[in-house]
Amino acid sequence: MATRTTRARSGSAPATSESAPGAGAAGAAGESAAGAGAAGESAAGAPHDLTRTGAPHEIARVRVPTRTVRGELRAIKVVWKRELIRFSRDRLRILTSLMQPFLFLFVLGTGLSRLASAGTHGVNLRTFVYPGVLCMAVMFTAMFSAASLVWDREFGFLREMMVAPVRRSSLVLGKCFGGATVAGFQGVIVLCLAGLVGVPYAATLILEVFALQLLLAFAITAFGVMVAARITQMQSFMALMQMAIMPMYFLSGALFPVSGLPQWLSILNRLDPLTYAVDPMRRAVFAHLNISAAARHALDPGVTWWSWQVPGLVEAAVVGLLGLAMLTVAIVQFSRAE
Amino acid sequence: MSELATSTPGSAAVPRAAQDPGRGGARTSAAPRAARAGDELAAAVSVDGLVKRYAEVEAVRGIDFEVAAGEIFGFLGPNGAGKSTTINMLCTLVRPSGGSALVAGHDVVSERDEVRRNIGLVFQDTTLDGYLSAEQNLRLHAELYGVPRELVGERMRQVLEMVGLWERRESLVNTFSGGMKRRLEIARGLLHSPRVLFLDEPTVGLDPQTRSMIWRYIRELKAREDITIFLTTHYMDEAEYCERIAIMDHGRIIVLDTPEALKAKVGRDRVQIQTDDDGAAIAALRERFGIEATVAEGAVTFGVPEGEQFVPRLFAELGLPIRSVSVARPSLDDVFMAHTGTTIRDAESTSTDRLRNVARMMGR
Repeated sequence: MATRTTRARSGSAPATSESAPGAGAAGAAGESAAGAGAAGESAAGAPHDLTRTGAPHEIARVRVPTRTVRGELRAIKVVWKRELIRFSRDRLRILTSLMQPFLFLFVLGTGLSRLASAGTHGVNLRTFVYPGVLCMAVMFTAMFSAASLVWDREFGFLREMMVAPVRRSSLVLGKCFGGATVAGFQGVIVLCLAGLVGVPYAATLILEVFALQLLLAFAITAFGVMVAARITQMQSFMALMQMAIMPMYFLSGALFPVSGLPQWLSILNRLDPLTYAVDPMRRAVFAHLNISAAARHALDPGVTWWSWQVPGLVEAAVVGLLGLAMLTVAIVQFSRAE
Repeated sequence: MSELATSTPGSAAVPRAAQDPGRGGARTSAAPRAARAGDELAAAVSVDGLVKRYAEVEAVRGIDFEVAAGEIFGFLGPNGAGKSTTINMLCTLVRPSGGSALVAGHDVVSERDEVRRNIGLVFQDTTLDGYLSAEQNLRLHAELYGVPRELVGERMRQVLEMVGLWERRESLVNTFSGGMKRRLEIARGLLHSPRVLFLDEPTVGLDPQTRSMIWRYIRELKAREDITIFLTTHYMDEAEYCERIAIMDHGRIIVLDTPEALKAKVGRDRVQIQTDDDGAAIAALRERFGIEATVAEGAVTFGVPEGEQFVPRLFAELGLPIRSVSVARPSLDDVFMAHTGTTIRDAESTSTDRLRNVARMMGR
């Protein structure tokens, strides 16, 4: 692919060693034709008309290289970056998506704490729901990120991306990473509130929670992108996402401990993918709390599969694998689309 | 070989140089090779029996044509004639049902990415991200197309200056008018120096001033860059700017030539007379001159060669009072009429809308 080397047709570079296009380094030599822009001057071994150099109409000629891994990485990066730019421009969205976590944490958490004080062994209910709220902040932001794909289609921008000479998988990956980053950032804002609900600011805790948030955000964005590949109308998309996300959230144990549940709820809870994001998050938070063993046992029992305590890493792997599976489906769907 | 030839922009200019008598020295030992490369490049677009069928309609019914490198080529026809479907197939956005097409030397089905790398696209509907600035839109495009980083800045300034948006590069695209958006899209389509620039109805929905501005850019482009411009339009006056046009109707190319040649082929000027009794006038024209006339646009209309010289005879020999007379050189509208028996405007208001809607639904 050496002949595809791209060069500016820059007039100021006197390419004295120019050869005809048939010769070995044809591509490069042909492109360096000095000052040729305006006249479309040929590079076929014509003597240089140096008086033309510096002509007003010089063209920076660009040759688009063939597909390379680097090219795909650039595409992923730019799609990712676009998500960030758009998110940072949209201050209102940052605020509105914080609304729900705040309501759950401070209004519901405070209001119900009086009712629940008997069962929490002295642990504040706000502290208990905090891991769940961390998940919630991330989920809604990730969902909106995926929804922007539906807007992109509606406003035509998707077309610009779809006709580019890059793999569709790069576009989908960029989108999912972008959604994950943006949602992760949103999670950090909620993470900053830890002190207000009696959770210490420990470096290990923050890192652990942040990693889990990114993982969850990635999985939810992948889910949203998968849905957006098929659903082309915003209203339907939002309705569908709500229908999927709300039950997922309520079943996940974000708002209640997962042990001692009635069997039907216990089964649904174990089937809910979000359970495996909330549980390790809660473990991470509770590991840094100074509470009684009884409280720990009651509030942070951990998820069990047939009485086997599922380790946090396995739980994270469940979320990650589901995310990857949905990502794969999304890629396949977008690659098929014309 | 083909890889090499197509990747060498210099060789695109070879045929032109070879024609230039003052450039005899250009024929060096590499000439045979260069000429071969030139032949391969002679056609920027080469279409062979292209067909597109949708469930209930045949939008494109087998068309063949070639567009030479460096040409401004226009597709003229009423809405629903199959222009957009054809352009979408050439841009690899729609898969042909039959036939084949090469764009910039690459097959639109089997070498989709190669085609995409070598074309620029400006669609009828905007495909900009309104929440990004003009510059960000272009940078995004440069990244997607893998434009070398060191060239992006310079190239971006060139294309933005050309369409007069350099000063507005930091503004959000949402604040742009329709004409500015279209100009920005043209700039973006050029950013990666495509070999062929496709413009689908580039001036539709724009005011006359912006339309003429866009045409100025298109002509300027041709002068400045080695580029082939392929556009569709349903404006007669714009088709005149093209070097060659293909008139399309009902999914077929009716005729293809330079606008001048097409008009010359019609060969007859259009004469319109206003009389008190159109029926008698038509009868008299048939009787005295052997001319078949019809009533169009409220006047008795017929075509004769050398219209001006015919008018004095008309007054002398018709034997009926004439209130007014007008003689017009053939326009592309007459060309269209000569080949289809209807004007473009009339063709637009017929059932073709249905076809267009179907094509839109399926194609996008």
